[in-house]
Amino acid sequence: MKILAIDTSGLVASVAILDGDSILSEYMVNYKKTHSETLMPMIAEIIRMTETDKASFDAIAIAGGPGSFTGLRIGSATAKGIAQMYDLPIISVPTVDALAYNIWATDSLVVPIMDARRNQTYTGIYEYSEDGEMRVLMEQCAISVEELVEKLNSMDRSVIFLGDGVVRFKELIDETLKVAHKYAPAHHSRQRAGAVAVLGAKYYEQGKYTTAEEHEPEYLRKSQAEREREERNA
Amino acid sequence: MSNKDTYILGIESSCDETAAAVVKNGREVLSNVISSQIAIHTLYGGVVPEIASRKHIEKINQVVTEALEQSNMKITDMDAIGVTYGPGLIGPLLIGVSFAKGLSFASDVPLVGVHHIEGHISANYIENKELEPPFLCLVVSGGHTHLVRVKDYGEYDILGRTQDDAAGEAFDKVARAIGLGYPGGPKIDKVAKEGNPEAIKFPRAHVSDSEFDFSFSGLKSAVLNYLNSMEMKHEPIVQADVAASFQKAVVDVLVGNSMIAIEKYGMKKFALAGGVASNSALRDAMQKACQERGVEFYRPSPILCTDNAAMIGAAAYYDFKKGIRAGLDLNAVANLKLGERQY
Repeated sequence: MKILAIDTSGLVASVAILDGDSILSEYMVNYKKTHSETLMPMIAEIIRMTETDKASFDAIAIAGGPGSFTGLRIGSATAKGIAQMYDLPIISVPTVDALAYNIWATDSLVVPIMDARRNQTYTGIYEYSEDGEMRVLMEQCAISVEELVEKLNSMDRSVIFLGDGVVRFKELIDETLKVAHKYAPAHHSRQRAGAVAVLGAKYYEQGKYTTAEEHEPEYLRKSQAEREREERNA
Repeated sequence: MSNKDTYILGIESSCDETAAAVVKNGREVLSNVISSQIAIHTLYGGVVPEIASRKHIEKINQVVTEALEQSNMKITDMDAIGVTYGPGLIGPLLIGVSFAKGLSFASDVPLVGVHHIEGHISANYIENKELEPPFLCLVVSGGHTHLVRVKDYGEYDILGRTQDDAAGEAFDKVARAIGLGYPGGPKIDKVAKEGNPEAIKFPRAHVSDSEFDFSFSGLKSAVLNYLNSMEMKHEPIVQADVAASFQKAVVDVLVGNSMIAIEKYGMKKFALAGGVASNSALRDAMQKACQERGVEFYRPSPILCTDNAAMIGAAAYYDFKKGIRAGLDLNAVANLKLGERQY
């Protein structure tokens, strides 16, 4: 089982190759260049470096959203182009699930927070069972940090936060969250394609994948024009 | 040199059409698949970039698969993939560019980045097998108005461009103002046939400091002012007359500037290109003006005037033959200038 994994949902571009139980390569770039310039050269580089046969992948796993609309589409369109050649299935891994999976086997709740603009965060609430399986307590969604804090206060468990939303929302969280909480260090705090790959392999075994043609990002939000039109017609 | 045929897969997603095509030797179209989004954008009175981007990503694989199937070829039979990388809407452009880079990498088929306007110009090579540069070309569409001297394949001298609205944009805005809706070009063309082009005197704007540049925003304002004043006076507005008179004003300027350029540069051939090249009044007036001067007149058929990928394949062919190749870092460039190469 060989998987090419891609995450371009946020500022970070990250790609990885999973071969069986082993991550052969993982490459992350958190720099001002656009995903459009970096993503494809990064994929080419990890394939070259690991002497991987391009035709040997069984599937492409991608952080399928939410995230930056344009970022998601650059990843998806690239995956769809590669998949077109080899008729590969695409595994869409929820972005926030994959982010949460950067922290493993803790007793605390794991809560990724991404800056979703418009005073919201893309977030979800996760915990690990005793045997280390990740469980979703609140599915990924776009909500205000106030709403998230209220929910976490009511759950009364310690929390680990991670994600690019920490910078933006830390002050507000520290002021309003009553439960014990901490913030993941830099190497656990951003999207990593390795996590997308490992979760993707689980999904693949469960039959959760689509054809390249069927795949599209999960935006969690309608476009502004659609929202405004619906408001006018409401 | 072998005489082997060259096959190009063209991909286009710069605005609201997702398109793919297979073109042989730059001039023969083996397939030309276009998935139009016009129905959805009509709800919004124009193209919404975010919605367009979402539609492109839904359709891209299907459109490419159909283009290959209809030509009875596989991706590995292609000598190159040509993709529009600008100008256009950045979100939509990125779908075609990202997809094409992924496909090019996976298949080892070389990639060529194509300028969208160069594609429109090259649509004439498909339609008119005998056409070769040099010629004068007027590219008119919803986003572009360029008067271009095509000196050789891929070599352009831009003589004039619009300083404000594109010609097609003016059509859309005026169509909206007189209640015809989107897309304005075809609707005005149709209604204008019933109207008197001399009924209302709208201005023919000439740009003072540039011989060949265009300006359509003044004309658009003149139409709006006319509609307002008629309303104030409670006089009836004859939709067909407004459409015909407005259209005549646009056509007069487009033909006028083109003919001055033809005479100044001694051009023997003239080609129309772009979506507005389908406008019947423009076509007829331009053809007549060319005939009067003994200039050969060319234009693509309507299916090649609209945004399509066959024209991108045709343009890519001439770049490919020159050895031009794009790297995996090819980026979309929303405001790419004609004649400029950003890779």
